Amino acid sequence: MLIAVLSGFILAFIMAFTGRWFKGKLSLLLSSVPVLLFLYFLQYSSTVAQGETLLFSYTWVPSMDIDFVFYLDGLSLLFSLLITGIGSLVFIYTAAYMKNHEYLDRFFAYLGMFMASMLGVVLSDNVVTLFIFWELTSISSFFLIGFKNESAESRKSALQALVITGLGGLFLLGAAALLGQITQSYSIQEMLQSGISIESSPLYGIVLLLIFVAAFTKSAQFPFHFWLPGAMTAPTPVSTYLHSATMVKAGIYLLARMSPLLGGQPAWSLTLMIFGGITMLYAAFHAIYRTDLKAILAYSTVSALGILVFLIGMGTEKSLLAASLFILVHALYKASLFLVAGTIDHEAGTRNLDQLGGLRKVLMPLAIAGLLAAISNAGIPPTIGFVGKDLIYEATLGTDSTLWLFTLVALITNILLLAAGFLAGIKPFTGPMPDALKDTHAAPVLMWLPPLLLAVLGLALGLYPAMIEGFTRAVHSSLLGSTSTAHLALWHGFNLVLLLSLVTLALGVTLYMVIRPSAERLAKVERFEKFSPKFILNGLGAAGTFFARAITSLLQNGYLRYYVFTIISFLTLLMAYKIISGVNLYIDYSRLSILSAKEIIIFSIMLASILFAIFTNSRLAAVASMGIMGYSICLLFVFFSAPDLAMTQFAIDTLTVILFVLVLYHLPKYLVLSETGIRLRDAALSITFGLFMTITIIEVLNEPVDKITSAYYAENAYKLAKGKNIVNVILVDFRGIDTMIEITVLAISAVGVFGLLKSKVNENPLKE
Amino acid sequence: MAIMIGVLYAAGIYMILRRSMVKLIIGLTFLGNGANLLIFLLGRITKGKPPIIPSDASLLSDVYADPVPQALILTAIVISFGLQAFAIILVKKAYEVVKTDDMDQMNNTDRDDHEG
Amino acid sequence: MKSIILKTGSDYLLPLLIMFSIFILLRGHYLPGGGFVGGLIASIAFVLHFFANSLENTKNIIRIHPGLLIPVGLVFALFSAIIPLFLDQAVMTAQWMHEPLPVIGMVGTALLFDIGVYLVVLGVTLTIIFTISETM
Repeated sequence: MLIAVLSGFILAFIMAFTGRWFKGKLSLLLSSVPVLLFLYFLQYSSTVAQGETLLFSYTWVPSMDIDFVFYLDGLSLLFSLLITGIGSLVFIYTAAYMKNHEYLDRFFAYLGMFMASMLGVVLSDNVVTLFIFWELTSISSFFLIGFKNESAESRKSALQALVITGLGGLFLLGAAALLGQITQSYSIQEMLQSGISIESSPLYGIVLLLIFVAAFTKSAQFPFHFWLPGAMTAPTPVSTYLHSATMVKAGIYLLARMSPLLGGQPAWSLTLMIFGGITMLYAAFHAIYRTDLKAILAYSTVSALGILVFLIGMGTEKSLLAASLFILVHALYKASLFLVAGTIDHEAGTRNLDQLGGLRKVLMPLAIAGLLAAISNAGIPPTIGFVGKDLIYEATLGTDSTLWLFTLVALITNILLLAAGFLAGIKPFTGPMPDALKDTHAAPVLMWLPPLLLAVLGLALGLYPAMIEGFTRAVHSSLLGSTSTAHLALWHGFNLVLLLSLVTLALGVTLYMVIRPSAERLAKVERFEKFSPKFILNGLGAAGTFFARAITSLLQNGYLRYYVFTIISFLTLLMAYKIISGVNLYIDYSRLSILSAKEIIIFSIMLASILFAIFTNSRLAAVASMGIMGYSICLLFVFFSAPDLAMTQFAIDTLTVILFVLVLYHLPKYLVLSETGIRLRDAALSITFGLFMTITIIEVLNEPVDKITSAYYAENAYKLAKGKNIVNVILVDFRGIDTMIEITVLAISAVGVFGLLKSKVNENPLKE
Repeated sequence: MAIMIGVLYAAGIYMILRRSMVKLIIGLTFLGNGANLLIFLLGRITKGKPPIIPSDASLLSDVYADPVPQALILTAIVISFGLQAFAIILVKKAYEVVKTDDMDQMNNTDRDDHEG
Repeated sequence: MKSIILKTGSDYLLPLLIMFSIFILLRGHYLPGGGFVGGLIASIAFVLHFFANSLENTKNIIRIHPGLLIPVGLVFALFSAIIPLFLDQAVMTAQWMHEPLPVIGMVGTALLFDIGVYLVVLGVTLTIIFTISETM
């Protein structure tokens, strides 16, 4: 199981090294991976259909209660089959669609990565691993959407999708953490079984909110819907795979998975129904105004996702059954329609409805696929779409009394979607063929077979719904959280539901006849985009960039002294706070008595030389006074029992001064570059800092000193290292490696000096 | 002594805040010396008792100056010499190339593609 | 800086100072001194000689490029660190000869290490100062 889930990643990894061999004909071979996976998952279907669930667990981070636990029940099996099944077709289709593309190998690698992440999402039982795979789908879809990376629009929509879904991921993590807090477990199944009531927890509202945002962003619900139509810039196989069948359904999956855990409360169902309802209506209206085939499909997908959210929100037995079936139904016909659109685009060179027509003459098999998919979408018997649509109406009607509004919403949406489906699936093939399309070629087999297969499957399942009855029941059970006894049938007899279906059909077909999508009408609709969430988000993004730039140029301005100034100011403030908030300025005056006359003289000399170095205008004088200061320090070392230090300081000081003198003649004159105001400000800061340092030191000196380390060295210097000069023993023996590294540093600095001086830098960058 | 360190720190920071690169190096030297003295002082200073075991004994019995800070400072002094040498040469080379000692003007050398 | 006195003096001072630096180096384990100070004193000796005479003269006395001293010194130090490995002991465990040698005193890896430090310090200082004066 672990291998099955991760095989996509393995594939991507292998592609990174061997990709160039798979760019040609061999690319079809890659499809074997999803096909095998599909078969692998298919073997579980009979088991799962009988109501069993399977658990596979692999330890990962036991200390944090994070394991790879894969849970296979109806819901996750349905998704797994969709992912691998449609994945197989998309892989095959891609091999033809993107034939000889320069980066075909990359594309397959991304697809593989995405497939694996998606499987991980739907199979993970652990909410933390669920989150990780969730994020991986966002990342891999980013690469897929932005695959045409030379197009600015493509990059933009990829980024948009990443930002939106990534935001959702963040919320999911929050939800996962909170759920873990409440139930003391990260396993969804354990949460379900533990019986801990999450509703009664004070965090329930927050968890709901987080889950909602996560699911709505992923599944393109209003007001986060806009990334999905934007993502249509991706190659069609991507749109098919990500945006019809799998990724956008991840949010649905999340809601469906959480439904038994969190559902049943008004907060849950009302929110979902409101947002789902708005989305399905809003997107359906948008869909019929588009002229781009893929845009129509994108909006109708958003609308369909709205329906699913709506159904899950409703939470009745019937609505959940409708949702279980509709996931499958929608995936079948929408993927089929997307692939049809892709082939049309590929062969006819345009996706614009205005310019398409009469393609049945050359693309007959494709036309059949389109037709079948469209009627399945329309819910015309005997397709599975009809069964699905029936169930939706049953669900909305089933909710007692006052909820006629829902039925109305569902009705309008379905009418609009029907028209949209016809636009996408039938219109390009009917009517007279424009001259521009005369040289359209017939599509290769690999480009019409996958959509046809899907569409035919939709028909077959409609004729024999019993085939998937057990399976749908299993899905339904996972949604319900209890065993389902649902029954699927094509024919329910004459009743209100059938009437509604007929109304839908009649009005939808009429609408399709009446409607003539055109660019002008699209422009009219697009004027309202200004108020849409997309513009708000873009505005926020721009503001963020602006803010970041302002902050950066304020702080990272490239002037060393501003950095130093900022750092020291802050440090001074910190010290000031510490000193003010409790310091006892106790000075042990008895210790001051050790200051003898010669020390006072040395201090005065140091002070004088420092002041001189600061205020002199002669560089030589500054260097000389620096030397004097160094020698004074050297004397201090002599007084305070550090002969080694004194010797070293003396030698180094001599060398430094020599160095300065050697170089100094080649250095610029000392100039007073700053204004007096700035000098005063800097002086004030420096003096304050110095003062605080002094106070701190005095404070520290009042503390008792810990001499363990030095005592150890003193005791063992002779015993272990046979030396009597402890300082030297420390250097060459106890801390030998430090010294070793130190002389290496010295060597590097010498090499640096040598290289710097010997290199010739001739150009003057200021000249330009 | 503590006051002296404070003065050294103040002087060092003041010099670093200047625009001249030569002053920057002198400031660094001040800071380095200040830090050395700070470490030295924090090990507590003792007069006339170097941490050297008398030749006729194998243990230090008397009060002695702390050898650990001394060892630290010894390396610090030598390292700071390396640092100073490198810095001086860097300044000299930079001056040769851009003909200015003013760090503000140096900033402009790599600012072609920025808005500033 | 071409003072006759300094020039003559430095000719005698150079060997004296170098002897002194070696003395400092060797006694480092017992009395103030050691590789750092020794190396610095030696380099001061050479720098003094170079001031009094000319760069060429000083270079002639050293014969090899001072930069070469750096790797040699590093190898010395590294060698002293590695020796214990051959004797199945942790890196940098000091090894000592059992009998003191005449003049030098006790000999051990620590001394070898100190010689390494001495050479590196000498090499670094001279490299820096010579390169500077060459290119000026």
